[in-house]
Amino acid sequence: MAEVVRLDDARKFFPGVKALDGVTMSIRSGEVHALIGENGAGKSTLVKVLTGVHSLTSGTVYVDGSSVSFRSPHDSQAAGIAAIHQEASMFPNLTIVENIFMGHHLRKPSGLLDWTTMKTRTSELCGRLSLKIPPDTLVRDLSVAQRHQIEIVKALSIDARVIIMDEPTASLSLKEIKELYELVRKLREAGTAIVFISHKFEEIFEIADTYTVLRDGRFVGDGRVADVTTDDLVRMMAGAALDRLFPERTPNIGDISLRVQSLRQAGVFEDISFELHKGEVLGFFGLVGAGRSELMQSIFGVRGRDGGSVIAGAVELKALRPQQAMKEGIAFVPEDRQEQGVVLDMSIVENTTLASLKAVSRFGFPNRRTELSTTARLAKRFSLRASSLLQVVAALSGGNQQKVVLSKWLATDPRILILDEPTRGIDVGTKAAVHSFIGELADQGYAIILVSSELHEVLGMSDRVLVMKEGRLVAEFDRDNAEAEQVLGAAIGATTAQRGA
Amino acid sequence: MEGISNMKHSGFQGTLLHRIIARREITLLVIIVLLVAAVGIRAPRFLQPGRQLSILNDTIILLMLTLGQLAVILTAGIDLSVASNLAFTGMAVAMWNMMMPGVPMIVLVGASILIGASLGAFNGVMVAVGKVPPIIMTLGTMSVYRGMVFLISGGAWVSAHQMSPAFRGFARFSFLGLPSLVWIGVLTTGLVYLFLNHTKGGRELYAVGDNETAAGFVGVSATRAKIKAFVLSGAIAGLTGLLWVSRYASAQNDTAIGFELETVAAAVIGGVSIMGGSGSVPGVVLGAVFLGIVKNALTVIGVSPFWQMAIQGGVILIAIVANTLMDRRNQARLSMNGVSA
Repeated sequence: MAEVVRLDDARKFFPGVKALDGVTMSIRSGEVHALIGENGAGKSTLVKVLTGVHSLTSGTVYVDGSSVSFRSPHDSQAAGIAAIHQEASMFPNLTIVENIFMGHHLRKPSGLLDWTTMKTRTSELCGRLSLKIPPDTLVRDLSVAQRHQIEIVKALSIDARVIIMDEPTASLSLKEIKELYELVRKLREAGTAIVFISHKFEEIFEIADTYTVLRDGRFVGDGRVADVTTDDLVRMMAGAALDRLFPERTPNIGDISLRVQSLRQAGVFEDISFELHKGEVLGFFGLVGAGRSELMQSIFGVRGRDGGSVIAGAVELKALRPQQAMKEGIAFVPEDRQEQGVVLDMSIVENTTLASLKAVSRFGFPNRRTELSTTARLAKRFSLRASSLLQVVAALSGGNQQKVVLSKWLATDPRILILDEPTRGIDVGTKAAVHSFIGELADQGYAIILVSSELHEVLGMSDRVLVMKEGRLVAEFDRDNAEAEQVLGAAIGATTAQRGA
Repeated sequence: MEGISNMKHSGFQGTLLHRIIARREITLLVIIVLLVAAVGIRAPRFLQPGRQLSILNDTIILLMLTLGQLAVILTAGIDLSVASNLAFTGMAVAMWNMMMPGVPMIVLVGASILIGASLGAFNGVMVAVGKVPPIIMTLGTMSVYRGMVFLISGGAWVSAHQMSPAFRGFARFSFLGLPSLVWIGVLTTGLVYLFLNHTKGGRELYAVGDNETAAGFVGVSATRAKIKAFVLSGAIAGLTGLLWVSRYASAQNDTAIGFELETVAAAVIGGVSIMGGSGSVPGVVLGAVFLGIVKNALTVIGVSPFWQMAIQGGVILIAIVANTLMDRRNQARLSMNGVSA
């Protein structure tokens, strides 16, 4: 098969992060090419390079053998590369016809739009994929699966020779997934090259012909899917020994400080039971969408539950209100820092004392001096980089914003800390600072839950690792026997490594 | 591919009746007919052709301005400066006519469109390039343009006897039984319809308002679309400025004050989504007509002027609430289809 697109020694650096560091990839027509790697391995950056959203720091993209540089998504489309971004790229209030032709409407000689031809073309393209949806239908009236199909039709309409599908099965039912496979096979037969990104190995073995594995932005290996086993792929994804530094510490595990029993929320997570001890870092690993964040939200009381109990210390949290959880010493640092964690337009001081206003108040009014001293103490502890404590949080870097969020919760004087993806999107230096800080807190006797999609972070930081998959706890590992491959395998469902508590 | 052809679960199955009700335009049309009939029974003179024509005359300027407003709202913006633009342009061309009565009308028409378009372009550039929120930007220019009326007029009016006969007659000369004002309104409506539905530039306004990120992905420039919308809104406001001062044979400093809110109301009643990306010319026509009829009917059936404003406001509020509820139903349907936020 002919090579359509080739990446050669592609590098993409962001400040403090090497998102892609020497990746080589060859995409051939009539092939389904699986792009594999754990979260943060560089898959999304690679897709963004191919679709013209990011330009490379160094290295070359070849299309049909000649080197190109995409300056915008438009350039990449003109070269025949289309990506299916799910919802992000659709116009819900417009019809299928318009969604397909927006940006390259067909026109009559008079310059007016040629709706008749566009409709016919749409029906034709849909027909090629055996889709029977009236072209006048508004996209908001379509199911998720149908939207995917329309995205694929859209790719065909610009004669895409490379179609990138990023986790296309994530929100589809089994039947819909089968239909998607059908479509993918049809496209392959027609000579289209497909880049298929998935975390699910069953899918990769079912549909892909070739694969490329990335890890930490680096190329790890490629080849034919038929020549490898699941274990081989997991090994490549997980990598060898930890080459990153995590704080050394001797955990001093104490009494149980949080007990979760048979907690469930229908369709989100089921039958979750675990215990968290004083001085322990308990890692929660799983793929995106495994239900970890939702579980934490439910424990904290910002999300409902259908059954089960949460006991903090000796008190059962029944109220389903965060105020109660906070009162019992639970602090929750949510995943989405900007949406849930900080008030961007408020100052560092105001953000820091937001959750502990009572403690810094006298006669019901916040005492400025107490506020400042509390904030200064925490800022020093985190080596927060800011020109003044009165600076607005919006002006801080992502890492420093994260420090403000952590300060806010520590100001409430908690005993239990739930950290949901505490290092996502922050630079390497700050990451290390957050890591050593987490270790320090555990040593001081805090009980810590660390939710992370970064395998090595979970392994490096945790005293115990729980793995969630599709809303269930599927495995538990002690620090000593938590091997990267097995943990990842459990999260993906590739190996049967299940151990009792 | 059985599942794809089997569409029981998706929204567009529905019965014919459902689909008709779903078309907001039809619902509104039915309401208008019922309203006219009800008022007609109460006060038969409401149905006389003369009365109807006067309603039409009163409504046409609102309609034209609302069409411009539609373009801006489609891009998820808002133009609160239209009435001030109208007043300024109206005053400018009226003064020009007063000082040089010999200048032919066609030149004044061109000038009014140009002046209006420039004022609109200023809004558009500041919003699209300067990233000033549209509501703030046009709230500012609403005052600035209004202030400019006082500056050029020195606070004085241009009254009928200071205008040339051609100027005074421009909006009123009759053609095929209807005044020129109505014909210009019809022509504008047709052109805006053509622009929004049958040109690339028009469709791009919808795209940008519906999903600006996605528009970027397919190479549609949000900047250009927004500027286009504001220029169109401004150009129409300018033209209606000329029509307004011609029709009322007087250019005043407080011409059309507060009218910008009526255009927003007419648009919302006509089913235009204030969130952008959704709205139609027929909807706007019906929205403007509806508002025009309500205003007139209240006078005809003898509702006290003190009540008229409150009732009008109530009607607008009901329309907006109905709109929101409908949008929410659509949202619910979206999430039923398994689309999470």
